[in-house]
Amino acid sequence: MDLSTINPAILLASLMIASTPILLAAIGELVAEKSGVLNLGVEGMMITGAICGFIAAVETGSPTMGFLAAAVGGAVLSMTFGILTQFFLSNQVATGLALTLFGLGLSSLMGQSYVGLKPPPVGDINFGPLADIPFLGRVLFQHDAMVYVSILIVAAVWAFLKFTRAGLILRAVGESHGAAHALGYKVVAVRLAAIAFGGACAGLGGAYLSLVRVPQWTEGMTAGAGWIALAIVVFGSWKPWRVLIGAYLFGGVTVLQLNLQAAGVEVPVEYLSMSPYLITILVLVIMSSGRGRAALNAPASLGRTFHASS
Amino acid sequence: MIRLEKRPQPSKAWSYATPLLAVLLTMVAGGALFAILGKDPLLAIRTIFWEPLFGEFAWYYRGQLLIKAGPLVLIAIGLSLGFRAGIWNIGAEGQYIMGAIFGAAVGLAFYPMEARWLIFPLMIIAGAFGGFVWAMIPALLKTKFNTNEILVSLLLVYVAEQFLASMALGLLRNPEGSGFPGSRNLQQYPAAANGELIAGTGLHWGGVAALIAVILAYILLNRHMLGFQIRVTGESPRAARFAGVKPNLLVVVCMGISGGLAGLAGLFEVAGPAGQISIDFNSGYGFTAIIVAFLGRLHPVGILLAGLLLALTYIGGEAAQANLGLPAAAIQAFQGMLLFFLLAVDVLTNFRVRIGKGEMA
Amino acid sequence: MADPLLKLDGLTKAYPGVVANDGVSFQIMPGEVHALLGENGAGKSTLVKMIYGLVKPDAGKMSMRGATYEPATPHAARASGVAMVFQHFSLFDALNVAENVALGMENPPKPRQLARRIREVSETYGLPLDPDRLVGDLSAGERQRVEIIRCLLQDPKLLIMDEPTSVLTPQEVDILFETLRKLQSEGTSILYISHKLEEIRALCDGATILRLGKVVGTCDPKATSAREMAELMVGTALHTPSREEKAPGEVVLKMTDLSVKSANPFGTSLKNVNLTVQAGEVVGIGGVAGNGQDELLAALSGEARVADAAVTLNGQPIGALGPNARRKLGLLAAPEERLGHAAAPDMSLTENALLTGAVREGLVSNGFLKWADAKSFAETIIEKFDVRTPGPENAARSLSGGNLQKFVIGREILQRPVCLVVNQPTWGVDASAAAAIRQALLDLAENGAALVVISQDLDELMEISDRFAALNEGRLSEPRPAKGLTVDEIGLMMGGAHDMEVAHVDG
Repeated sequence: MDLSTINPAILLASLMIASTPILLAAIGELVAEKSGVLNLGVEGMMITGAICGFIAAVETGSPTMGFLAAAVGGAVLSMTFGILTQFFLSNQVATGLALTLFGLGLSSLMGQSYVGLKPPPVGDINFGPLADIPFLGRVLFQHDAMVYVSILIVAAVWAFLKFTRAGLILRAVGESHGAAHALGYKVVAVRLAAIAFGGACAGLGGAYLSLVRVPQWTEGMTAGAGWIALAIVVFGSWKPWRVLIGAYLFGGVTVLQLNLQAAGVEVPVEYLSMSPYLITILVLVIMSSGRGRAALNAPASLGRTFHASS
Repeated sequence: MIRLEKRPQPSKAWSYATPLLAVLLTMVAGGALFAILGKDPLLAIRTIFWEPLFGEFAWYYRGQLLIKAGPLVLIAIGLSLGFRAGIWNIGAEGQYIMGAIFGAAVGLAFYPMEARWLIFPLMIIAGAFGGFVWAMIPALLKTKFNTNEILVSLLLVYVAEQFLASMALGLLRNPEGSGFPGSRNLQQYPAAANGELIAGTGLHWGGVAALIAVILAYILLNRHMLGFQIRVTGESPRAARFAGVKPNLLVVVCMGISGGLAGLAGLFEVAGPAGQISIDFNSGYGFTAIIVAFLGRLHPVGILLAGLLLALTYIGGEAAQANLGLPAAAIQAFQGMLLFFLLAVDVLTNFRVRIGKGEMA
Repeated sequence: MADPLLKLDGLTKAYPGVVANDGVSFQIMPGEVHALLGENGAGKSTLVKMIYGLVKPDAGKMSMRGATYEPATPHAARASGVAMVFQHFSLFDALNVAENVALGMENPPKPRQLARRIREVSETYGLPLDPDRLVGDLSAGERQRVEIIRCLLQDPKLLIMDEPTSVLTPQEVDILFETLRKLQSEGTSILYISHKLEEIRALCDGATILRLGKVVGTCDPKATSAREMAELMVGTALHTPSREEKAPGEVVLKMTDLSVKSANPFGTSLKNVNLTVQAGEVVGIGGVAGNGQDELLAALSGEARVADAAVTLNGQPIGALGPNARRKLGLLAAPEERLGHAAAPDMSLTENALLTGAVREGLVSNGFLKWADAKSFAETIIEKFDVRTPGPENAARSLSGGNLQKFVIGREILQRPVCLVVNQPTWGVDASAAAAIRQALLDLAENGAALVVISQDLDELMEISDRFAALNEGRLSEPRPAKGLTVDEIGLMMGGAHDMEVAHVDG
């Protein structure tokens, strides 16, 4: 075992890469949940985004097209969930599970002839001299655009929810769909929009896996990242910046255990590999045991079916 | 314009009709999917749903039917109890793995002793216990800390998969396997083997257990106070509490039963059709069982039928893979579609569709 | 002033199986306070929803100041100067006052400006409010202020108020009326919906009375007696419950320093409640909604566990027992929420009979259910309490409110309780069913049971209680004999005017 092979700057830099897929998926799910929709299909939307993005990038040679296609793919798939839960009033938990199961099948079907291919490389953004700052330059300024886009999305979601009227309406719909309906707001339309945003973000997160982090296509490659994103929304108590912290903490654990594996720590690889999941569970336990006012951030109508009956 | 109108009470007729309608719609949409993949849709549907039962090789496939349906039904029966009460154990896959590991470990510990009367029952107990223990983690976290059981049970699947890998490579590896991963083959160890009970039927002890589970679940839900409490809790948690149901106890009981049954399914699989603990031992029964539970309307008899149907899609899928080159993943997408359609047409049970003058309120 | 502000002409709205409004016509003059009077289920809510753009009429016309008025959405209604204070369902607990107000406005000003306007308007109309507070932390009266201020900020021409006083103490009602009169003097019309006749006599200039969806009369409330209006509203002469005076017996239920932490983050915890209830006695518990009523019921039914000695039944401590153990000893309860608490909506009446009847009616043996016995218990309830339903196999939610409530109360009464606790026994129930329920409760007391009746309907409590106490912020007032209590005294027991003040008429 040789821990000196672990370089802190590279560790932190790869932490940002490892966190980005989950951050993207989690911030999308946060918006959906804020509107009162619990979409457990994040995993399915992520993996669909991963293959849509991969196919588009390989076929066009442009990673940008790949990310676009991934967002569209995720959003389209999420609309299946949206139509079922909002128009057909199906149970959100069951429908989200169905979305995940379907997404896993659909993606492997789509990806059959893409196994083993290499996607076009995604270049890093050139920050000029900033990238040369010792340590910080490597950690912060030598990444591809999506790393920064994901942070911008977090900031945009934060500002949207906090400062805009549309954000206020979205929160109101998630808090009490009955009251929002009585005031004349279109509950179903707001929720569909939020679900689509969630799907698009999950798609981006998936594409980040298949185009940057891995980068190639393998079946089931999300390996629970969507579920971890769901857990991170809870961890972040429905607050965008806390979701960012959660995703980076999780990314840190992942990267650290990979580094420890590489350094040959005398713990079997399997036990290191299960550590991110175990730590996610631990974090969930800590967050959920603190009852009371913190729980108020959870949208009160979360997961409840809305039908304007009178 | 089309609008929905809530029925004064759920329609009995539709609750029976919706699963059939969903299957039909899935065949249509699935056919379209197969057509996109460049296969003859009618031939594909026929290969999946007809050939295994009545085709040339039916003698082989029919046996497979019970082999696949057994674990699906066994797991789905357990899940359905929790789902009815609003307790979402979706980590059955992990409990299935742990049941297999615990059960196989007990069997292998006795190797090569020949005492089937002792070893096989002990393995069954250990298998159920393994699944039970794994399900108790989300159950107790839920009751003690109010942690979401959906996420915890699901995340534990990934932990169980890693644990399975470490067992297959380490502790349970066949010492005479010249270094290959995987345990000894339990099928070749008579004291521990879960073989076919009636030759050619594919029926093993797992199938028997599934049938017993169906019957017991039926009695529980229709005749017993615990079943009544499960149903009330699902319908209306506050009314259940008012009626004296202890919600935490119910979480532990429902998770415990579903974990135990999933563990049993794992044990019967590892000692039977699979034969050994290997890295890729699990094949998604724990997730497909979720579809089985819903398609069976969370009703024991419905689950039995749904389990057979989903088993058929597995087998038919294999046949279509072999004969038509239909990719394996297509069947997975097909199964997911089935659940989608079921959820969509389910609206007819509780709502009437009115076509006429529109109204937004 | 000759032109009406709002004129309704032949409004009709039918739902499957029921005509909610049938050719309703009346008009409201500028500056008029017009009462819309009717029982629960008379069609008041549907009518108001049509005016507010939430429901589209099947037939009929509305006009505002002579021009056609057809609001497609509440936004359109608000743009035309119509504002509404809802009885339920229009506030967001986890949002603050300013956000709640902004959501009800078409073009809200910038947050800081809005906060200032909220302060100004609330001062002017005597409804003090802090724009930064979370609505979930407010009392029922304060929540209503939020709704009123939300309306006032839009300078409405017509203000619709749906049962506004049901959440207020008598003193708060007086203050609200001052505010409304001030608005009226400024030229705002008010459509005031209520079934409380004395209020309407005190406040309104004209009244339209609805029964079963039709207008059955109009009157000048100041010149019409409450009795006449009541008979128009109900259609028949009402049967007033009666009972014989009787000396109460032994102490049955006793609460000693009972404290309960609310399960709901916005709920009210009970603080040191002390009360004794004797056999044959009805103790009425009043108070504005949200002052600990649900928590009191939970503490007595056994849904909330408390210190063992805090509640005793016939001297035996039962605070730590669960619902079924308490039922066994004879303490039964009927919560306020019929669907989803007292009964499971999608389950049959037989199953709902089993829900609380299992222990005392012996519907279970060795854990196995006796369905035949449960069914015959349900049939007995249906028969004895005149529950209108085709049979016990029907789902609870298929029953009307009044019928389901008769079923729920009947289910508990038929189990021969030693002590029965009910919360809002006649809430949302039509007058004849309400009278039947009250009579059944009085008969039960007559036969020696101890009763605790929690209600927000003061008339009801005065009618059936021997002693009266009020809950205010989780504390229970000293109980007093109901006979001879004045409205003022009751109001003070309920907490007086909290922190409301009379509108500044100079504003």
